Amino acid sequence: MTSKREITLHINEREFRVVVEPRRTLCDVIRDDCGQTGTHIGCEHGVCGACTVLVDGDPVRSCLMFAVQADGRHIRTIEGLADGEKLHPMQEEFARHHALQCGFCTPGFLMLAVGALEKNPDMNDEEIVDLLSSNLCRCTGYENIIKAVRAAAVVMKARA
Amino acid sequence: MKPAPFTYHTPASAEEAVELIARFGPEDGRILAGGQSLVPTMAFRMARPAHLIDINGISEFAALAVTGETLSIGACVRHAAFDSDAVPGATGALLRKVVQNIAHYPIRTRGTFCGSVVNADPASEWCCVMATLDGQVVARSQRGTRRIAAADFYQGIMTTDLQEDELVVACELPILPPNTRSGFVEFSRRKGDFAVAMALVTYRLSDGEMIEPRVGIGGAESHARRITEAEDTLRGRAPGPEVFAQAAEAAAAACDPIEDINNTADYRRGLVRTLVQRSLENAA
Repeated sequence: MTSKREITLHINEREFRVVVEPRRTLCDVIRDDCGQTGTHIGCEHGVCGACTVLVDGDPVRSCLMFAVQADGRHIRTIEGLADGEKLHPMQEEFARHHALQCGFCTPGFLMLAVGALEKNPDMNDEEIVDLLSSNLCRCTGYENIIKAVRAAAVVMKARA
Repeated sequence: MKPAPFTYHTPASAEEAVELIARFGPEDGRILAGGQSLVPTMAFRMARPAHLIDINGISEFAALAVTGETLSIGACVRHAAFDSDAVPGATGALLRKVVQNIAHYPIRTRGTFCGSVVNADPASEWCCVMATLDGQVVARSQRGTRRIAAADFYQGIMTTDLQEDELVVACELPILPPNTRSGFVEFSRRKGDFAVAMALVTYRLSDGEMIEPRVGIGGAESHARRITEAEDTLRGRAPGPEVFAQAAEAAAAACDPIEDINNTADYRRGLVRTLVQRSLENAA
């Protein structure tokens, strides 16, 4: 119904019960209703990748999914990457390689890269470049993003 | 950039979904599968469906199964499913080659094969596969189930034979003989972008000669189709640069390219020539 629905989102293992209109996108609900504003909204039509989150482990564009479709699903956002004060290897390598300038696209790139490497820890350089073509960075720091993801892939694999 | 309000339906079974599309199809009801084409058009408000029937909760639609000589792809099988060894043999190898060209990874985790086929964008890779391999669309309604050959299904740019009370429950592709060779090449300006043109070829070798050749093009015309003129130049001949060039020339001559602001018909015709040649080299 156009009327609101009560749904439960598990975001970074925290439960959020919210009441939303079916037309609300997942990214809007994550930000506005659940207060997790680390997920950024860029183009709102699935082109830029800034809003990428993991839904049951898969990287998805959260602007192309309705929040009601994520009812009961496990969502990981940028807020869940670090372990307390300890940054995720992907975050550490982004900092080390100066892979962000304005930082707007960064949460999307981090979730994309972490999600893909958790599925396939053995991505080669060509596959990494192909993967990163999914998202846009208007500061165009792509070379440093590629370097950071390559470095993080090694660390993630060693720690797995 | 926010979709307009709609009434949201979540059928639990195929029967229920068919009932809902019969009732709401004529009232601007739409099926929501992967949503990777529909939701952007809703965000732009180019589409304002009154009803969305979300079929993602119907477990039988997740099935990807081989029965005899047929691969059946359920309505909710995602693009990403083909980037694996889930489909065996020559058909699986072909689908793995093609899937790499579809949008980007986070789109492939949501978008569906059947959704792409029904959306019938001229630049859809799966439409090109369906046309080239003579796939079948399985459409179900309260009136019954019918199988529509790809060549009859596509009628124009984003226009198909699907009726407003019908739901595509699966698409079917033939399992190609084990020694089938395939090649797929597309051209787009940016990685993951809509292809300006694409070509898919398959053939087998018998005593060094090409048999059962298939040449399909997509993106170039209003919908993907087989180019029999190009297939005729290949049949019964040994693969090689000369015959590949002749097939490419035949495809370029036979096609009737669409035009847009960036690409003239002549430019697309040139691409068809180049891509058919490259896909043949790719298959050899």
